[in-house]
Amino acid sequence: MSLTADSVPRLPRGVRLRHDTVRNAHVLLAPERTFDLDQNAVAVLSLVDGSRSIRAIAETLAQQYAVDLGVIEPDVIAMLDGLLLKRVLETVPAA
Amino acid sequence: MNAVTPALPAPIGLLAELTHRCPLRCPYCSNPLELDRRSAELDTATWQRVLTEAAGLGVLHVHLSGGEPTARQDIVAITRTCAELGLYSNLITSGVAGALDKLDALSDAGLDHVQLSVQAVEAANAERIGGLRNAQPQKFAFAERVTALGLPLTLNAVIHRGNIAEVPALIDLALRLGAKRLEVAHTQYYGWAYVNRAALMPAKADVDRSIRTVEEARERLKGQLVIDLVVPDYYAKYPKACAGGWGRRLMNVTPTGKVLPCHAAETIPGLEFWHVQDRSLGEIWAESPAFRAYRGTDWMQEPCRSCDRREKDWGGCRCQALALAGDAAATDPACSLSPLHGKVQALAIAESALETAPDYQYRTIGGAPRAAMPEGAPV
Repeated sequence: MSLTADSVPRLPRGVRLRHDTVRNAHVLLAPERTFDLDQNAVAVLSLVDGSRSIRAIAETLAQQYAVDLGVIEPDVIAMLDGLLLKRVLETVPAA
Repeated sequence: MNAVTPALPAPIGLLAELTHRCPLRCPYCSNPLELDRRSAELDTATWQRVLTEAAGLGVLHVHLSGGEPTARQDIVAITRTCAELGLYSNLITSGVAGALDKLDALSDAGLDHVQLSVQAVEAANAERIGGLRNAQPQKFAFAERVTALGLPLTLNAVIHRGNIAEVPALIDLALRLGAKRLEVAHTQYYGWAYVNRAALMPAKADVDRSIRTVEEARERLKGQLVIDLVVPDYYAKYPKACAGGWGRRLMNVTPTGKVLPCHAAETIPGLEFWHVQDRSLGEIWAESPAFRAYRGTDWMQEPCRSCDRREKDWGGCRCQALALAGDAAATDPACSLSPLHGKVQALAIAESALETAPDYQYRTIGGAPRAAMPEGAPV
């Protein structure tokens, strides 16, 4: 089980992206754990909405940061794959 | 409120022990031997004020616990307050009695996660351990409703001599009930579990087998089930950083409003605890003598003081140091570097080798055992 460019990721119920105002950092809140997020992870997760595909997310980021899609897409997949394995990300089933 | 000084870490989690009332009577309950009565419990408004202060201090996760938290009439209102404050709410429940009746309302109020306890897989064994008949079908019905509502479910199983053979079956049960996480938590010997240690202590060979089972299942079920393993202290090499280090990450508010650095801290004599009725949570976190007593590393003795792991495991558990070494500032005897470690291991081996385990002393309100341990037993 791993993601492809066509996968549409979303955060399941019980997983929330939050800005922690006390520590001035973004965190992913999940059952019994908190993931500290770096800027790249925040940029990706801010675009995870259950309707954009990974390709669409990568294209937006490629444009935003002026990098090649071919460079950024594998990074996006790898990062989201990691969250999928930890069961804090899921994919929208194909219609 | 006093501002938190820069050197002071901000708390990340709050364990809200809403009540000590519980339909179950588990002999390893982490509650103190002297249980608080309903008449002394904090009211709704005070809990809501505590939660508001917690969010302001930097708390992200709130564990709604007990006893059985759904025994509180206001559990839905308290959960809604968490949601309004952006706090991540985790319901730690037995899933029996009135829990199912309140579940839909809790979900609507914005509950984030449910942690359901299971005592064993096999019903008769589970109900013997929990001391409540007909608990198992109620738990399964509760789990089914949790997943039907789309809430993430974690199963928590406390492991001991009486259920360690069921670890493989527990993993299957977690999958069958649709849990995303399973906690295989070997008993921590404080509170009621300390009293019942001789009845609960598993054999080393069984512990090793259970750990191998979990490691194998983690690999096999990658992406399907996350399994967290709490290993047993008495057979460990290094101690756990209790609560992530004293006064560093967590605080615990008892049903009557006492604020503790960990749920067993009241067993340490001479510590002064402050109450939420008298002061703000921020003041208590920063200034209360109990939180300051073992925060950081200044209080440490050797071998902790010069150990390069001192900021990794923070000396282990203070309550266990007191119980086993007679000194809350000693190195936790769970650590292989403690001079008492060999004795602690020998004790575990001797207790687990008893041909017949002693009867459980079940947890009861007003029924604290007079002697914490059988005479002559502690090291």
